[in-house]
Amino acid sequence: MVLSSESLVESYTRTLDCVHCGLCLPHCPTHQVLGVEADSPRGRIYLMRALAEGRIEEPESIRPFLDRCLDCRACETACPSGVRYGEILEATRAELERAQPKRGIAAWLTRTLLWHVVANQRRLRLMFWLLRTSEVLGLRWLATKLRLMPASMAQIAPPVPPASERRPLRTGVHKPPPGTKLRDVRVALFTGCVMEPMFGRVNRATLTVLLANGFEVHIPESQRCCGALLVHAGQPDRARTLANENVRAFADDDIVLNNSAGCGCAMKEYDHLLGTADGKAFAAKCQDISEFLATEGLTATPAEQPIRVAYDDPCHLCHGQGVTRQPRELLQQVPGIDLVSPTKSDDCCGSAGIYNMLQPKLAAEIGRTKAAHLHECAPDMIVTGNPGCMMQIDSHMRRSGHNVPVRHPIELLLPPQ
Amino acid sequence: MTSPAKSPNLERDLAQLLGRDRVLCTRDALLAWECDGFTVHKSRPRAVVLPESTAEVQAVIKLLHSANVPFVPRGAGTCLSGGPTASGNAVIIDCARMRKVIKISTEDLFAVVQPGVVNLNLTTEVTPYGLHYAPDPSSQSVCTIGGNLAENSGGPHCFKYGMTTDHVLAATIVLPDGEVVHLGSTTGPRTPHGIDVLGLFCGSEGTFGIATEITVRLCRNQQEVRTMLASFDSMSAACRSVGKIISAGLVPAALEILDQATIRAVEASIYRAGYPENAAAVLLVELDGPHEVVVEDAAEIATIFVAHDALKVEEATDPKERKRLWKGRKGAFGAMGRIDTDLYVLDGVVPRTKLEEALEKITEIGQRHRVNLTNVFHAGDGNLHPNISFDGRDKEATARTIAAGHEILQLCMDLGGSITGEHGIGTEKLDHVSMMFEPEDLEVMARVRAVFNPDDLCNPGKVLPQRNACAEVSKWPQMVAKVLDVEDTPQEPESTS
Repeated sequence: MVLSSESLVESYTRTLDCVHCGLCLPHCPTHQVLGVEADSPRGRIYLMRALAEGRIEEPESIRPFLDRCLDCRACETACPSGVRYGEILEATRAELERAQPKRGIAAWLTRTLLWHVVANQRRLRLMFWLLRTSEVLGLRWLATKLRLMPASMAQIAPPVPPASERRPLRTGVHKPPPGTKLRDVRVALFTGCVMEPMFGRVNRATLTVLLANGFEVHIPESQRCCGALLVHAGQPDRARTLANENVRAFADDDIVLNNSAGCGCAMKEYDHLLGTADGKAFAAKCQDISEFLATEGLTATPAEQPIRVAYDDPCHLCHGQGVTRQPRELLQQVPGIDLVSPTKSDDCCGSAGIYNMLQPKLAAEIGRTKAAHLHECAPDMIVTGNPGCMMQIDSHMRRSGHNVPVRHPIELLLPPQ
Repeated sequence: MTSPAKSPNLERDLAQLLGRDRVLCTRDALLAWECDGFTVHKSRPRAVVLPESTAEVQAVIKLLHSANVPFVPRGAGTCLSGGPTASGNAVIIDCARMRKVIKISTEDLFAVVQPGVVNLNLTTEVTPYGLHYAPDPSSQSVCTIGGNLAENSGGPHCFKYGMTTDHVLAATIVLPDGEVVHLGSTTGPRTPHGIDVLGLFCGSEGTFGIATEITVRLCRNQQEVRTMLASFDSMSAACRSVGKIISAGLVPAALEILDQATIRAVEASIYRAGYPENAAAVLLVELDGPHEVVVEDAAEIATIFVAHDALKVEEATDPKERKRLWKGRKGAFGAMGRIDTDLYVLDGVVPRTKLEEALEKITEIGQRHRVNLTNVFHAGDGNLHPNISFDGRDKEATARTIAAGHEILQLCMDLGGSITGEHGIGTEKLDHVSMMFEPEDLEVMARVRAVFNPDDLCNPGKVLPQRNACAEVSKWPQMVAKVLDVEDTPQEPESTS
């Protein structure tokens, strides 16, 4: 197998930034669980460097170690040498996938789902309709009972909300309601692929908060999935197709907001993914909703919430985008709130895109630890800004017997009804 | 010795002992264990095993001993001298999963831990009781107590509190033939009478056996801790103020110096601590003790700084601010990756009074060999860490790096110092050992080792030169050739563009 793509040569150069100091080890969720050097950032970088140097005889044999990486980027935050681990991992995964696409039913199913369903909003909606219908008919319960569906999978995926909550936002331009103090800023909203059918209420809350605070909101119809899951799965070409469509869809907008840390991180990296001036310009326009609102300031006071709220950092917000202060600042403005920071709030929860389905055992172990840390601070509510994390945390809180609602920070910024 | 290749069923037998997921023998993946923080010397292990208890370590060692297969203990792989590198197709016994804190006694002030417990995690665990574990290597957030014991690790605070050996009270050890022994005692000083056998084990660099349960001393936190940072426009002014502090009878908990190149690398990294980048050197001083004493000492030190024309002096008692001042020092090695692809961290010691002279000569050596040399060191005990940043793919540059390193260690010897303060001999300084010791001394050490490790199966090829090589005066060209003789030669990937 010859590994020779240009991106691999570039990622090889990036591996040389690592001087093997090991300061990343305690920050790596998989190394914390497994204690295996080849399952640590330092070990993986070393293997990826060896691969690029032609020292790996059977590249397939190191793939499980790379597959077990959550791509949470906690190692990047910890690295004194500034190694851009995510870029190295993504380029290497892409090269391995190109040289020898993964075989087996799971790999085929992943590829099909990611490209033909997740990246296609109409089919995704159809899938959720089918899921919801099967749940209503009790098929999900039956499938779990008959063990057609692994129990872990059943526990990860929360029930699909009813159609009224899955309704997509109207595309086009939304104006603030009459009587609102207008701001002279128009923003565009990226609605995401999973956020809409699973957490339609979060998208509606985002729109409501923006309008209530006097911003005009544009929701382009032609926007697509951000492509993050494809990049993580080693399929950058397909991700580029989606990225280019998004660049076009938001061509007339100066500020592109999103409420999903994973998508936001991926879109801020379009610069690297596309390597074009357009990609760079688009990346510069992207902001997480919390970044934007914290900078602009809230004019509509949120509704009172006299409860204890634990904020958990999504990896792709804190490590991927360096956004940690803004969501906390906004939440502090909620009247009556008692905001607490759980232990290791910046550790991964094990969701990591579709990782919890591909590596259920490891993801469950990481999820359990997260739930334990969250439970320690006895919250009435947990907030985190990424749909995958919301599902994973919710699932593990329930599995460990704690019934605590999980919400997106934006939901707490809603003004009183 | 039977060749390890003659026991093809070894991996299967190991898997029977530990289960398949705790025995790694994927040849390509094993490359991840081929070196520690000393990346010049590489050697791929035959397999890696991850035991979780004394009984498992014992079972593994008995099996390896009967099959005559060499083995190497490993902690977090942060060693800087090649200690846990698997020479001679050895099996690595990785202690990363032995990370339980078994017991904490807040009254008798000790903790019993497994060897894979991370140094800083132990301190975190005992912080609620107002206690800490004193030895604090710069890698303390990663490195393990087992590794610290094997290497007798130091750290900034060892100037006042002593090295690892001063903090280890007892240990359960699996000897290289599989026998389990208990050394030391948790009550009172380590060796009230008799020969301090545990003292011999400390710093034996994993050649005497594997410690599987370690009892360490816990220290009470001081009433007040104050960190001071002074910047100077010359390295010699920084060194002179260290001399003055010590001759004035003050005993700070730590005295650390960083030079300008190090300051700049750290300030460019996420460990940026706000060190003034225009300074030629910064001196980090930590004082601890009763409030009045710390205040008095801090005032005296501030006067010394002024007398030595310090550009700026910062003081912090708030834990958050203190952490910031320390952050740059703790992240300094890793930040060197910003200078070049590889890093050679040297570890020489000179008498404190010769610091200035040593640093001047080290700079001269660096220039002569055209290497990129920076300095960060424990000034209090004269423990220098000249760092050479180089491109390990460039053989000529690597040779110059090694040659400069050799000359620096020779210089430390000539000034009346030592070739290592805390990083150990490992494979890195094998050729320098005979500069320090007479053949007779080495013979005595070899005989002590033979008591613990008669078949030389436990971490072979470390610490002591091969017996017949003792008397030879090492010459650096041969040494360079040897160091460059890595298992596989890395190659650059070919670009299609």
